[in-house]
Amino acid sequence: MTKQIRGVLGTKLGMTQVFADDGKIVPVTVVAAGPCVVTKVRTPDADGYSAVQLGYGEVDPRRVNRPETGHFAAAGVTPRRYLVELRTDDAAEYTIGQEVTAETFTAGELVDVTATSKGKGTAGVVKRHGFKGLSSSHGTKRKHRAPGSIGGCAYPGRVFKGVKMAGRMGGERTTAANLTLHSVDAGRGLLLIKGAVPGPAGALVLVRSAVKSPLAAGGRPLTRSEAK
Amino acid sequence: MHTAIAELEQEQIRADVPDFRPGDTLKVHVRVVEGNRSRIQVFQGVVIRRQGGGARETFTVRKISYGVGVERTFPVHTPAIDKIEIVTRGRVRRAKLYYLRSLRGKAARIKERRETAGR
Repeated sequence: MTKQIRGVLGTKLGMTQVFADDGKIVPVTVVAAGPCVVTKVRTPDADGYSAVQLGYGEVDPRRVNRPETGHFAAAGVTPRRYLVELRTDDAAEYTIGQEVTAETFTAGELVDVTATSKGKGTAGVVKRHGFKGLSSSHGTKRKHRAPGSIGGCAYPGRVFKGVKMAGRMGGERTTAANLTLHSVDAGRGLLLIKGAVPGPAGALVLVRSAVKSPLAAGGRPLTRSEAK
Repeated sequence: MHTAIAELEQEQIRADVPDFRPGDTLKVHVRVVEGNRSRIQVFQGVVIRRQGGGARETFTVRKISYGVGVERTFPVHTPAIDKIEIVTRGRVRRAKLYYLRSLRGKAARIKERRETAGR
């Protein structure tokens, strides 16, 4: 099966609400998507896999190191701040230097959004893993948000690896899958994505066509209404 | 707020919304969609609050229907409202008229506001 993934890098601007055609309020995340530029096309012959490399964001050329400067010069584009590779089987259809904008997507599509989530610091098990905590009464004392038991006794005589405990939470790469693209504002290069997206306002986000939605003919991901 | 988001919200704002305040009596013409046809329904009552700002602003209209108090909250700028008519302007001394909920009949009347220059 061939997969045709389209994607664009952008900046999360924040959330707002818009009215749908039927008057219902839709919560949306506004993403300023692109313009990205194709800096490299990976082919099975040369690289062993098929992918498109996209560059996005302004950067002071003096702050780009020599190897990267050479890489951008080879593509004939000005240096960009971020580079990302999109694994897609139709990579050959892209040409180096081609612009990729918000218009890659159409309204109603399902997309996956990848970004670094907001860092929460050291978090307890209730916040980090969704534990219920202990009872608020019935004799519970100073243990209301504690995890409770973390294992057995003489057998196994140790705590198993991977037991969910308190610790660093957030600040990791997260993907929000199958979000509906409410609308595309091509003029301003904005994507209005229904629902929340990982990361703080101002974060770098990668918007890709949804991988887990059933594929329609032509490899285009189904919109939510079609999937039903 | 990012300027692009502020612009998006500004575009949602309707210019045809009349200037009304808590205490005013309104006729709100609401578009109701039933199946594939839509009609206009009128909800008439007293505005008991306006809340929020910008495109998110909402207002609540209270009326007595068959002896039961009914309150409906609408976004001010929703496209689901066909039009808003002001029936009377009321003179009230507070912004949130929750006290009307515990009053009925004659006690729940609101004095009409006399128009003064510049409102």
